[in-house]
Formats: sequence, C-alpha cells, structure tokens
Amino acid sequence: MTHPFHSTLRELVLDASTRGRTLRPHGSGSKDFLAQQLAGAPLDMRGAQGVIAYEPSELYITAHAGTRVADIETLLAGRQQMLAFEPPHFGPGVTVGGMVASGLSGPRRMAAGSLRDFVLGVTVMDGQGRVLQFGGQVMKNVAGFDVSRLIAGSFGTLGLILDVTLKVLPLPQAEQTRMLELDDALALLRLREWGAQPLPISATCWHGGRLHVRLSGAQVALDAAAPLIGGEAVDAVEAAALWRSVRNHTHAFFDGDAPLWRVALPPTAPHLALDGDCLTEWNGLQRWLRSDTDADALRHVVGALGGHATLFRGGRTVDRALGVFEPLKPEVMAVSQRLKQAFDPSGVFSPGRLYPEL
Amino acid sequence: MSASPQAHANTANSHSTAAAPTVVSRAALIAELARVLPADCLITDTGRLRAYECDGLMLMREMPLAVALPTTEAQVVAVLRTCHRLGVPVVPRGAGTGLSGGATPHKNGLVLSTARMNRIVSVDRLAQQAVVQPGVRNLAVSEAAAPHGLYYAPDPSSQIACSIGGNVAENSGGVHCLKYGLTVHNVLRVRMVSMAGDVMEVGSAAPDSPGYDLLAVTIGSEGLLGVVTEVTVKLMPRPRVARCVLAAFDDVRRAGQAVADIIAAGIIPAGLEMMDQATTVAVEAFVHAGYPLDAAAILLCEADGTAEEVEDEIARVRTLLDAAGATEIRVSDGEAERLRFWAGRKAAFPAAGRISPDYYCMDGTIPRRKLADMLEAMNAMSDKYGLRCLNVFHAGDGNLHPLILFDSNDADSLHRAEAFGVEILELSVALGGTITGEHGVGLEKINQMCVQFAPDELDLFHRVKAAFDPAGLMNPGKAVPTLHRCAEMGRMHVHHGELPHPDLPRF
Repeated sequence: MTHPFHSTLRELVLDASTRGRTLRPHGSGSKDFLAQQLAGAPLDMRGAQGVIAYEPSELYITAHAGTRVADIETLLAGRQQMLAFEPPHFGPGVTVGGMVASGLSGPRRMAAGSLRDFVLGVTVMDGQGRVLQFGGQVMKNVAGFDVSRLIAGSFGTLGLILDVTLKVLPLPQAEQTRMLELDDALALLRLREWGAQPLPISATCWHGGRLHVRLSGAQVALDAAAPLIGGEAVDAVEAAALWRSVRNHTHAFFDGDAPLWRVALPPTAPHLALDGDCLTEWNGLQRWLRSDTDADALRHVVGALGGHATLFRGGRTVDRALGVFEPLKPEVMAVSQRLKQAFDPSGVFSPGRLYPEL
Repeated sequence: MSASPQAHANTANSHSTAAAPTVVSRAALIAELARVLPADCLITDTGRLRAYECDGLMLMREMPLAVALPTTEAQVVAVLRTCHRLGVPVVPRGAGTGLSGGATPHKNGLVLSTARMNRIVSVDRLAQQAVVQPGVRNLAVSEAAAPHGLYYAPDPSSQIACSIGGNVAENSGGVHCLKYGLTVHNVLRVRMVSMAGDVMEVGSAAPDSPGYDLLAVTIGSEGLLGVVTEVTVKLMPRPRVARCVLAAFDDVRRAGQAVADIIAAGIIPAGLEMMDQATTVAVEAFVHAGYPLDAAAILLCEADGTAEEVEDEIARVRTLLDAAGATEIRVSDGEAERLRFWAGRKAAFPAAGRISPDYYCMDGTIPRRKLADMLEAMNAMSDKYGLRCLNVFHAGDGNLHPLILFDSNDADSLHRAEAFGVEILELSVALGGTITGEHGVGLEKINQMCVQFAPDELDLFHRVKAAFDPAGLMNPGKAVPTLHRCAEMGRMHVHHGELPHPDLPRF
C-alpha cells in the first residue's frame, strides 16, 4: 500500500546512497539501547501511520510501520483478538515497524510462537529505493523466499519496513495464574514435565523462589488444569500486572545498574552456574540474568549448553567491544554479509547496529 | 498426478534458466564422483536413472547425468565440492513426492538424493524435540515420538512417504496447520551444506537465534540454497481427544460463510476442510464414508484438546453451523467415526484417479471470504474448458486444491487442463492470494511467479539465492523465473489484488 511518505523516503535513500551516507531508521526509539552501535542520520519512520486493513474473520491486520502498537492492540481487543506473541513495550508509542525490526516477543511466545511466526507479509524499501512486497495476507504462501520473516529481527539493517501484515489470534476465553513457591532447579523440573503434557500453559515466570504459571483457554480446560499445576490462584488484576511487568521490563528485577543479559537456552539446559540474579521465562528457554560476569566467560558457559546470550542492557559499565549480540559463526556471517549486500548494496541502513560487519 | 510421461517429455529443459554451466563430460563427472562415493551410492545406468527422471509432477521429465545417494554428511560435502569445482548443477531430492517439479533433474546436472540419510538421531521427551536426518519420513517422526505422548504437527497428505528434508525445502503444511502451523513454525534448526561444500547451521535448539533469521529463508527455499543434512523439529504433546463435526450445506456461499463465522467467533479448529458436491460424490463411491450426496458442500471441522475443551468447542461450532443454515450436522462418536469422516477427504486424490484417466492438482490460496466467489468462477471455467473439476479446500486457511480432470492421451484435453490451471492461479493472485499455498513453485508455476511478483522483487529473490549460492549451481532454473522469461511471457503483473481495472467484472 503506497503512502505519500514513501516518495520522501525514496529521495532520502537515493541521496544517501549517492553521497555515501548512512541512515538509521527508527520508530519511538524505545529499543535504541539494544544496539552494537547507533550510526547514521536518524530517519523517523512515523511519517506513515495507520491501519491499512483489518479483517477479523481472516485473522490478519495490515498497518503502516509508524502505527502505534498500542493502538493496534486496542483495535484488536475490540474484536476479541490479540497479537499473540505479546510484543514488549519498553516505552510509550512503540511502533509496528520497530516491533518487527527487533523481532522481540513477550511471555506468550512459549505457547503461541515468536513474532516472526506471525509475520505474513511486509513491504520494504531496499537500499536502491525500490519498494518491494513479500508474502501477503494469507496464512499459507510459499511463493518465493520467505523474505518477510528474514526482515523480522533484522534491526533495520536490510531495508526500511514500510508496512507489515500480521496474523492475529482470538483472545483466550479465560485466563488464570497460579503461584508456587519453588527453588529454581525444582521449578525447571516441573516446567519440563508440564511442557511434555497437553496443558494450556501460556506463560511462565520464575523469580526469587516463586513460580508463576499462566493458563489460557476455555474455562473448562483451566478448571481441569489448575489442580494439576497446584499452588494457589493469583488475583486476576494482580496477575495481569505481573505479566505486563515481565513483558515490558517494568518488573523490579529489571531496575538497577548491573548488566542485563538475555540468555536463550535449549529446553533441557540446567540451572545456570553464573553469579547474579535470574528471572526465568518460557519454561526455562529464556533466562534474564543481572550479572557482572565477564562476557567471554558467560558466553562460554551458555555456549557449552547450546544457547546464546545478548547483552540486552549494558548498565553503566557497558563495554560494547564485547559484542552486544552473540557472535556469529564465520560461515553464517559470510552469508549474512552477502544478504546485507543483496538488500543494501551501498550500505545505507544502520551500519553496525547488529554487528560491525553488517 | 498420473499424466503420461510422453505428453511433456523434455519440458524441463525449456524451463532451465541457469547460466549455462561449463559442460563437463558425463564420464568425467562420474569418474570424479566415484572417487568420493562408494559404488553403491552412485547411480549411473540408464535403467536405474529412470526412477529419478521426475518427482510427483510427472508432466515434467528429464534424465540426470547421474544420481548420488550419500549416506553421510561428509559424502554430501564431497559431492557438492566436486560439482562446484566442475561447474555441474545439483538438484537436491528428498522422497520425490513434491508436486511442483522442484526435484525435476537438470539435463547437465546431478541429482543428490538424501533418501539414505534416514536415521532418527534422537527423540527427547522433556525437550519436546527430535533430531532427524533429512531422509526420515514425516510420519516416522510422529511414530518415534508416539511412545512419549508427542507428535510432529505438520502432516502433509503424503506424510507416509514424504521426507523431512523435502518438507523443509517446501515448507509443507497439512490439514492441521491452521492451529499448529507449517514446517516453518515447527522446525527449530537445520544443518545444511552449501553448494561450495561449507557446512552451516541455521536456527538452534534454543529460541531466537542471533543475527538474521536464515532458518526462515531456508525453509521453503525449494532446494535453491543448500542441501539439508540434519533437522531439529519441535514435538507437541498429543491432544487427549479429537472429535470431528460434519456439516452439509445446500449452497456453497452458506458453507463459506459458516467458515468465516467459526473463525470470527474466536475458534481456531484443529482442522477445517470443505468439499464440493462433485468431490463428495466421487469419494463416496470410493470409500463409503456415508456422506450426504445431495449437499452442495460439506464442511469438516475438527476440535482437539482435553475432553472438556473439545466438548465445549463442539457445542459452539454446532450452534454456529446451525445458525449458518447447515442442512445436516453430525458429530463423530468415537475414533472410528472420526476417521471415517476424514477418510473421504483424504481419499479425494485417489477418487479423482478412479473417475478420470488423469488429474491436475492446483494449490492457490485466497482470502477465506473469497471462497464462494472462487468456487463460482471455477464452475464457469469448468464449462469454458469443458473439463470437470473436483474442489477440496483447506477452508480454514483458504488453500484450494482443485483437481482438474483430463485425459493426457488427448493433447487438446491436456492443453485445456493447463490453461484451466493457469486461470485459477492468476485469479488467486487477483483475489489477493498466492499461486502456491504449500506445493511450491518448482518448475510448474514458474511462469505465474511473473504474475505474482514485480521484476524488482524477482531481482531481490535472485540476490538472496546468490548470497547462499554465488555460483548459481544449486537447483538452477527453479522457483524464481528470470526477468527475461517474464518479459517474454508478457504476463500482466497483478500486484497483490490491485487489478489494473478493478471496476471490470471478471466472473
């Protein structure tokens, strides 16, 4: 869907490309902290806003990149639908473009899937100023390479995201949160055992000896599952506030100055033998760690378990030379560099945002 | 499909669009490969090569120079390095069940089959993951996971035969993908070898791999980017109960509306399928499922989960189907009846083969709300081309599988079938959909790619391919047409439903 703002963007891209300059597309800037470096002239992508199409019975919504995610969520809620991956709001005014560019998902990811799983189509402008459409509004579409999902999580380094089509899902009929007092090793064991059974668990969070488990689905399914989970029911308002605080990093765990690591691990990885406070989500797949542990040592431990680590917020003592994002294997980096070149031959977009080589 | 091979012999040739490779003599290639492969992993005699001259798209055939059947990743690497050095194109092949010609051989190339790499490396109940080699059959994964109460969700119709490597190449779906997703949602990690012989892992057993999502672009890449040597799949806990509702309608529009009503009510059924009357009649004669033969359309709607959940969902679906004007509603009572409800739907292809010498299966996807428009348009096309058509739909996700009935011994009938198919695909794009929902582009739909995508978009696809395969030797000429080809075809590019003259009636 074209928008007058796109011709402005095209001029800027072509001008930057001709003069050998760089641009840094951004939305609200709520995730600017998550960057190897921020380089290039800021390019505010909020010049095109608004929902282009929303078909509740087709389970999709298409919106310009500058549209506020909060507005979309309100619109969807009015039709009893949602963005099932629960994108984080790290600040006010988070935009659809920034949400897709970062590829981040919230608590429900463990059950519903990640942001990229819900991307059905994108329109992007490449480094040559060309407007390109990939995917579409239907769920099953295998024509051509899946560029839409490649764009998700590319942090604006491949092209300008102009609009996005996302799959939406119905809101669960009912939700209930249970709380159990468990140490983290026992919590991991329980979570794994539940994970292998058909239980309607939609989010988990362990911190400070307390495990919260959210159940979502038909009321009858929740009633059947609650006794299997055990613990005690958490008041609905309190529970909603808890999940919001985990999703948006307003939980007390995220206060303070120690570096914040996001550690992603395979399902059966044990308790992390690292100093620091830990908040565990997604059945143990995602562990937030506040730790002054040396980055190389931390990545060594995590890598040995088959996981990877992002220096999510550096704290005051950030040393970006350590690499904000997990270093890539040489063969993966080689392909990534050629992909960057394919989309952005003169290197206009967000140089070095992910890695110095891209 | 069951068309005769002679009808389109050598069609693949004219579709090959790769930069002309340095032509190495067949003898030289075989000699080089014999140095890196055991004798029983290399097929060179014409009789045995015949088995590889086509995949499930039998209209397109080509004889390869040779077929390599490596049993280890090291052999895959050695074969690819050899071909890369010699400039010989390589066509990767799984079980050969693909329907779009993705594994049709290249006349100057090698077919590399991963069929013999068929070991299940591990099944981990607590991790809910399995690691398998590419030649493992789709159903074998679920069978291996079954003792743990788990299964692998994507279930393409060919699941008893198709392999995971091929599923990765095609991003295969199935009847349950509305609720449980496609291959891209259920594969966590792929290990693969590039054309240059470099081993690379994309994705991981841990969530959200760093860097670009190379896994997403690999899945559904139709063997253009690399040869898969190992796959980690996600396993799901098997639902405790599944029940199926069968609803009959005297009007296809009402049936289409019922589908929209179910989704709009916040229900995501485990399966939601539709058959038209012609299909119902054809399959009933074949499987005796007890379908109502006077219905214009039949819907099958499956609910799964705990017993309580299923009962709740079935009650809601019943109410919606009643309100939508269903003339008859049956709910499966017990597993035997549920399977009988499905038997007809799953037998649509063999039933078509029983009533017609040949059939041509199409694979467009359209927005659900256009289902009835599409059906009416296809009825008109059926009259126009003088060919019968059976319509089965994955109605929940708008994926159509019209089966066009024809006789390949009658050249005119074959040409009309092809023209009928092209018109369906192009209408799918015009309605805001796609030319392929799950079968892939391969060689079959390469011309329609010019309709769905603009030249700049196709150019970007070529650039993506080159990022993985700079030499352009991996499955060349498939999936993405050259711009030259599109220009020669002179096809109108219909951009995502925006017709040049939207006011003109089309059907």
